[in-house]
Amino acid sequence: MYPPSFDLTVARSVAEAVDALAEGGEDARILAGGQSLIPMLKLRFAAPSLLVDINEIAGLDLLERTNGHLRIGATARHADIVASDLPGGAVASAAPWISDPLVRNRGTVCGSVAHCDPEGDWNSVLLATGATVVATGPGGERSIDIGDFVVDFFTNSLAPGEMVTEVHVPVPAGASGGAYMKLERKVGDYATVGVATHLELGGDGTISAAGIAMTSVAPVNRKASDAEALLVGEAPGDELFAAAAEAAAAASEPRSDVRGSAEWKRNVVRVYTRRGLEAALAQAQAG
Amino acid sequence: MTATPDLSTPPEIGGIGHSVLRREDDRLIEGQGDFLDDVVLPGMLHMAIHRSPVAHARIRGIDSSAASAVDGVVAVVTGELMAAHNLAWMPTLSGDTQAVLATDKVRYQGQEVAAVIATDPYVAADAAALIEVDYEMLPAVTGPQQSLSADAPVIRDEKEGQTDNLVYTWESGDAEATDAAFESAARVVSLDTFYPRSHPAPLETCGIVADVNSVTGQATVYLTSQAPHAHRTLFALVAGLPEQNIRIISPDIGGGFGNKVPIYPGYVVATAASLLLGTPVKWIESRSDNLISTGFGRDYHMRGELALDGDGRILALRADVLSDQGAFYSDAQPTQFRAGLFHVVTGSYDFPAAHVTCRGAFTNKAPGGVAYRCSFRITEASYLIERLVQTAAYEIGMDPADFRLLNFIREDQFPYTTPTGFVYDSGDYHTALRKAMDEVGYAELRAEQAAARAEGRLLGIGIAHFTEAVGAGPSRTYDIAGLKMFDSAELRVHPTGKAILKLGVKTQGQGHETTFAQIVASELGIPVTDIKVVHGDTDNTPYGLGTYASRSTPTAGGATSMVSRKLADKGRKIAAHLLEAAEADIDLAAGTFSVRGTPERSVTIQEVAFAAYTNMPEGLEHGFEGVSYYDPPNLTFPYGSYIVVVEVDAETGVWKVDRMVALDDCGVRINPMIVEGQIHGGLTEGFAKSSMQWITFDEDGNCIGSNFMDYLVPTAWETPRFELLETCVPSPHHPIGAKGVGESATVGSPAAYVNAVIDALAHLGVRNIDMPVLPDRVWDALESAS
Amino acid sequence: MEISVTINGTAQSHDVEARQLLVDYVRSTVGLTGTHIGCDTTSCGVCTVLLDGVPVKACTVLAAQADGHEVTTVEGLKADGQLHAIQKAFKENHGLQCGFCTPAMMLVGAALLESNDDPSEDEIRWAISGNLCRCTGYINIVKSIQAAAAEGRAQ
Repeated sequence: MYPPSFDLTVARSVAEAVDALAEGGEDARILAGGQSLIPMLKLRFAAPSLLVDINEIAGLDLLERTNGHLRIGATARHADIVASDLPGGAVASAAPWISDPLVRNRGTVCGSVAHCDPEGDWNSVLLATGATVVATGPGGERSIDIGDFVVDFFTNSLAPGEMVTEVHVPVPAGASGGAYMKLERKVGDYATVGVATHLELGGDGTISAAGIAMTSVAPVNRKASDAEALLVGEAPGDELFAAAAEAAAAASEPRSDVRGSAEWKRNVVRVYTRRGLEAALAQAQAG
Repeated sequence: MTATPDLSTPPEIGGIGHSVLRREDDRLIEGQGDFLDDVVLPGMLHMAIHRSPVAHARIRGIDSSAASAVDGVVAVVTGELMAAHNLAWMPTLSGDTQAVLATDKVRYQGQEVAAVIATDPYVAADAAALIEVDYEMLPAVTGPQQSLSADAPVIRDEKEGQTDNLVYTWESGDAEATDAAFESAARVVSLDTFYPRSHPAPLETCGIVADVNSVTGQATVYLTSQAPHAHRTLFALVAGLPEQNIRIISPDIGGGFGNKVPIYPGYVVATAASLLLGTPVKWIESRSDNLISTGFGRDYHMRGELALDGDGRILALRADVLSDQGAFYSDAQPTQFRAGLFHVVTGSYDFPAAHVTCRGAFTNKAPGGVAYRCSFRITEASYLIERLVQTAAYEIGMDPADFRLLNFIREDQFPYTTPTGFVYDSGDYHTALRKAMDEVGYAELRAEQAAARAEGRLLGIGIAHFTEAVGAGPSRTYDIAGLKMFDSAELRVHPTGKAILKLGVKTQGQGHETTFAQIVASELGIPVTDIKVVHGDTDNTPYGLGTYASRSTPTAGGATSMVSRKLADKGRKIAAHLLEAAEADIDLAAGTFSVRGTPERSVTIQEVAFAAYTNMPEGLEHGFEGVSYYDPPNLTFPYGSYIVVVEVDAETGVWKVDRMVALDDCGVRINPMIVEGQIHGGLTEGFAKSSMQWITFDEDGNCIGSNFMDYLVPTAWETPRFELLETCVPSPHHPIGAKGVGESATVGSPAAYVNAVIDALAHLGVRNIDMPVLPDRVWDALESAS
Repeated sequence: MEISVTINGTAQSHDVEARQLLVDYVRSTVGLTGTHIGCDTTSCGVCTVLLDGVPVKACTVLAAQADGHEVTTVEGLKADGQLHAIQKAFKENHGLQCGFCTPAMMLVGAALLESNDDPSEDEIRWAISGNLCRCTGYINIVKSIQAAAAEGRAQ
């Protein structure tokens, strides 16, 4: 299959990209890794008039730790996360499970975040870790909490003419850990169920912060806020994790499809939340 | 049958039994393979097909004006235009007709409605998307049970006299004897199971470049064809072209697995377009074209019953199947067998009575019923009997291995006539299963399983012991669309002793360019590197029925042996002349003709070949060549014992293969390396179908499984590691004792994987989970059991 | 639009449509048909090429995005008339049957060995898990990459 016709602008700076996006109007799209966009073009699910290629913008592939954050630039590939020692917790855990190795070589974290596919993994990780999305547009740069960024099914809160330039994932100073549990039918498949977990421990060993978010079991990547609330301030333990897992399962809204029944998926959320919390705890306690 | 001659050769000759490296690899590893899409002809146009988005609807009108207006579009072809040339419908391989481009109704989602011919494939795709069809929606029939109910709409209302959706009824075996056995049985065990719709999905899709020369009338058709000769004949019959003017060239094929046996509407449209436009036309399926419209496999609803005596011996089998044929009956199978060779369902077991009943139903789904690496429905049969005996063993409290060993056909019973009329050629099932059990450590695993259960872990050990029936002919019984299923080989040895072997079969990765040369090397002693194998070009090879149903080695392999022996006979005459000895005293071994008793008096095959052109004895024709058409006296019956060990995650239903031990007996192995490769592939396809791979439909008939995101092909990460074993009981009737192996593992392995998962849950009373054994199904079974 | 791409070490310039996929550019415009097409959904990987040494699916990259970059295809594996170790290993270990996925598998294998001269079986299986094979069950592909690795270490 072949994409429909479109114009292509290869931007050499963020400013150029933003200008091109503004000029292109509603039907203009950013082309980063293209691993979701190009298949959509080939299947003719999308027909943009203009693509703005940002791959040639120098420095946009940054991946660094500064000021208590992991900064991931707009053209940093999934494979860069896999290969780097900088990420930890749920980010490091999720990266090898994004699609397949070749897609990871080309696809970008920021592109996946902006795509807001509820079956995409990264937004669950960002919701669990409390990340921030940096957007740049005609009015300059602004930070958007991931909870505000993910609006709906394939819908983000970017303003017209804005593009995602970075994602910032907080790196806790104290003991912390995280995991991404993904049930997929095979490598390259979207998650049947994905659960991102994140725990921070206080000096006394109790949970000082907790994040849980889920993939493919709701119309958006969904944060399990009730489950998180159960955990904070408590001493970690089997019963507590079981209760949190139950709350996460209750917050999920899976649908029956060829991947499995809704009831089973909810059960997998329960099991994977518990296992994810156990993994996160083990990591946090290991320091 | 005469005794098999001594066919052993030293490695430098590289005959049968040597793992000779493949001749075809040299071009493939350098990217110099010549696949269909690599064919580029001057002035070639590109075709794209517009397909129905709905499963069942009447066509009120087609508006192709926007498509025609696209710059670069040369023609838009609709059913109306095809009908004007009497090509709107074509015959199928099972005597039905199939729409080439829909004229009256669309009968499944993805059916061909119109085609665009353009200067560029991108433009053709743009224009195909602009064709507008006005549909009057009709209710979609998505299952055979629904299809055969009284109130179902008649899908094939264009067929005269067709008042329902029944395609056929067919039966085999002895109903009376079977009923009697069931009445006297101590115990009756049954299993209802479904073998879901699957698709061969070779990585190279199907395609054609049709080049009809309007001046000479010569049609050169490059085609992804597993059966070029049969296709040429069918092209001649469908298109009304003189057969001598049709040349089918089947270049390198990127996997076939049965997908490239039928003739598809796109082939007919592209050829017609080339004929009408006078330019070459290329059509390459997209992956969704391929998965949504071309020959599926399986889609079989099966019920099996076993009658047992008080000791656990099988007395009789009943099987009843309902086949979902899709909208057109297009199974590629021998004419007299409406359900393929499903009646081989008695499997590896010795019992006197069986009765098999089969019905086929039209539905609003793509047509097919094509073997997906399965030899005409043997996969379904093997799956049913191996699942059924496992069920029976649980029900009577016997170990599934013991149950099989008790009921197997014994070695001394071969040749063995089954209750449905097959005559199994040879085998030693007890040795095979015991060897596989020893390898996997069966007794220890059972102990481990008990210990695991005590800890709440679920371990399962699944067995399947399959018997395949492959290698069709014999021609008295087997045909495709009336063409008898013999096969052929033509061998010419040049004056320098180098040879060219031409085959009627066609490799799709099986390594024919190597293995068939090895047969000649064994028979005549010409080094394998001195033999070129030609295939896939109807102008340059003898007639044959092609490669599918594991038939190439049993048929064309036999022909290769027989033609080699013809040349050996002539060679003896020439050698006798050269050595001034009596022909009866000449022996041939590993390429040397010698006088019996005085072995130092000898000439080489190369010297004999030279003499055939330079120094022939009086009264003998010049040249050193021949052709053989081999019609096997019987099918061959390869078999195997497969044992799978799985662990099931009780919390999620996810299961993982820990071990897969596969013993295959395919008779004599021409090239052990290649045989093992064939088995690896088949075991993987079996794993795919048992664990993840299927095509399903929603209630409106929308196909779910029309791309590789939904139709799942396992990667190296999920695919289990395999441990291979072998035994060798040669086929007594095949010239070199070989039986064929291409499909064995796909036939045998699905039941082994499924039986393993069931075995993990059997103590809870679980007896069946249909394929694919998805984790939610396992979890559901666990939930309902506990 | 005008693009300049270094393909298998040779600089090439062509005028291409913005929408042309890299795989079609390599196959149809440049005429290197060792790179294949197998699906529409970035699933099968038979179109794999190395873009600046990194394996990517050429059906999911625009030709225009290769402008100014280096592309290596299967035809570029052989150097100075000598087969690459991975090519020899695939033949010697029966790492291919129909040969359709083989160019991609060899390129991914070669790229893996550039960064890891002694990969474990799991590392190899993981590395090739973006590429499908319908014939071999991967066993002999893994074996071939292991053999090429051993050959590389021996040199």
